[in-house]
Amino acid sequence: MLHIKNLHAGVENKDILKGIDLEVKAGEVHAIMGPNGSGKSTLASVIAGKEEFDVTQGEITYEGNDISELDPEERAHKGIFLSFQYPVEIPGVSVTNFVKTAINETRKAKGIEDMKAGEMLKLIKEKAELLEIDRKFLSRSLNEGFSGGEKKRNEIFQMAMLEPKLAILDETDSGLDIDALRIVANGVNKLKSENNAILVITHYQRLLDHIIPDFVHVLIDGKIVKSGTKELAYELEEKGYDWIKEELVK
Amino acid sequence: MSLKEKLLTSYIAFEDNLEADSPLHDLRNEAIKNFEVQGFPTKKEEDWKYTSLNALLKNDYSIFPKNDSNVEFKNVKQYFLHDIDTYKIVFIDGVFSSFLSETTHDKIDVCTLSSALNKPKYKAVFEAYFGKAAKKDSMASLNTAFAKEGAYINIPKHKEVSKPIEIINFSTGNESAILLQPRNLIVVGENAHVQIIERHQSLSDNAVLTNSVTEIFAEKRAYVDYYKIQTDRPTASLIDNTYFSQERDTNCNLHTFSFGGKLTRNNLQYFQNGEHSNSTLKGITILEGKQHVDHNTLVHHIAPNCESHQDYKGIFGDASVGVFNGKIVVERDAQKTDAFQQNNNILIDDKATINAKPQLEIFADDVKCSHGCTIGQLDEDALFYMRSRGIAKKEARALLMYAFANTVLESVKIPELKNRINKLIAEKIGVSLGFDV
Repeated sequence: MLHIKNLHAGVENKDILKGIDLEVKAGEVHAIMGPNGSGKSTLASVIAGKEEFDVTQGEITYEGNDISELDPEERAHKGIFLSFQYPVEIPGVSVTNFVKTAINETRKAKGIEDMKAGEMLKLIKEKAELLEIDRKFLSRSLNEGFSGGEKKRNEIFQMAMLEPKLAILDETDSGLDIDALRIVANGVNKLKSENNAILVITHYQRLLDHIIPDFVHVLIDGKIVKSGTKELAYELEEKGYDWIKEELVK
Repeated sequence: MSLKEKLLTSYIAFEDNLEADSPLHDLRNEAIKNFEVQGFPTKKEEDWKYTSLNALLKNDYSIFPKNDSNVEFKNVKQYFLHDIDTYKIVFIDGVFSSFLSETTHDKIDVCTLSSALNKPKYKAVFEAYFGKAAKKDSMASLNTAFAKEGAYINIPKHKEVSKPIEIINFSTGNESAILLQPRNLIVVGENAHVQIIERHQSLSDNAVLTNSVTEIFAEKRAYVDYYKIQTDRPTASLIDNTYFSQERDTNCNLHTFSFGGKLTRNNLQYFQNGEHSNSTLKGITILEGKQHVDHNTLVHHIAPNCESHQDYKGIFGDASVGVFNGKIVVERDAQKTDAFQQNNNILIDDKATINAKPQLEIFADDVKCSHGCTIGQLDEDALFYMRSRGIAKKEARALLMYAFANTVLESVKIPELKNRINKLIAEKIGVSLGFDV
């Protein structure tokens, strides 16, 4: 589904990603772990198409097509979803209106007519229940005054509404207490299928207790230096990242 | 001959043709003298520092336009709030159109200034109110000197007007350039309620300069909702002078939607004469090209325990220019005043300009006054966030602009008008979106 080859990217002559190779197939869950500043969030943003980053080398293919020249919205229309580490506050736009607009804009891009109001309401109700979101919450301005946990839950609610093929969860566990973490992870797991894939970006192992990865990759200084199975995550939790760095020096 | 000279010369002929016993006779003579002394405002005056009338004054305006215009309702229907029933006071090139209007004298007076001036029974009203709120600066004086037509609205006490009143001034372009000076007098009696919508609309690309004066008197406990729709053609300019005089326990709200026109200057002044008055002044300005809109507001807190709220939002594209000059004066006796002023601006393009100047003059010691002014750009992170959810760049920008302007739009109390403004905003920013604001 997603195939990244020798990806180099950065901002204003500063390389952040220095040759990433990654293949994610449908039905798989991949975790990318690494210390602060290793380039995890940059990788997520580059896949989603943030224009601030320049791709200087390599390619990103998604479902067989090079997407590196596509606008963020075009990538979204193809089923790529990024759950933000820091969701943006948009005063004056309610959660419901935002989600409706996102869904119908995607349908418009695909040449499908707007979702009927009744169908939309039913879908919103169903997904809000899945994430244990209160109805009142949906009429509030998007992310404005939300707690860290509410913001993340709202991200996964949008993911549930948009049903992406490739979901990238950027530090979704940060700012979540244990109950919220369980709810969010449960939501993600319910959305998992044979046909979609999830890329979990995290600093800590605890989210991976709930969303079990098939593969774990360690990103250090813009490169994937080690890949393994979920056991690697436990090892990292226990020993930190220094031993990998030492291994690299050798 | 300069426009000023032309006006002064024309005045003699104009006044000769009017009845000498008109209640306005002395006022007019005094006003033309004021105008003669002051002349048109220039950028040397602090209040006109960012707005020059020079280019506009070069046109050879017709001051007394001929009235031979036929306007079919179907051609102008779009400018009316046609999906609901309204009273309408309509002028074409400054002349009342009974055909397009719907006036009344049934318990309330919704008619023209000229007809009211001719009737002895309204003489007391003119003596009590006319010219009492308008200032004696040059543009208002010029209007007073030539005042003969406009809307006359008189709502007696305890009367709630059942439908909105639309005041529309059309100009047809049957002259190459026209100067219009409508004069509106609105008296809202004790505990009476009224909603008014005002617009100026040119129907051709010939030059139009409108110098309008509206005086609104709110007697105690009166409630006034006033909406100004400024979406005129790029060849039409407007100098609007609006004055609210509020007695105790009154609520006077005004919304100004400025999306069109060449140059628009809004002189908006509120005088709170009675305790527990509430004034709300809101505006959305969305400009492009070389459009210029100048909001010059004054809230004069004279009596204690009053409130005022100002919320002006501006979005400036291309090489457009915005001015916000908001003045709050709190007199020594106006204790416990709560005055708030907010002015937020977004500059879309590098060449767009906003000049913002809040002014607070406070002579009382127990008051709450605050003002906030921001100038910024559309939030890039918010744009990426929305785009990553599938909302295209143009729509994402539009959604941000809607959200930005929404605090002004949400307080529009006529749903059909709100819809209309919504559509106008969508048109202005070039999108069609399916979300409600």
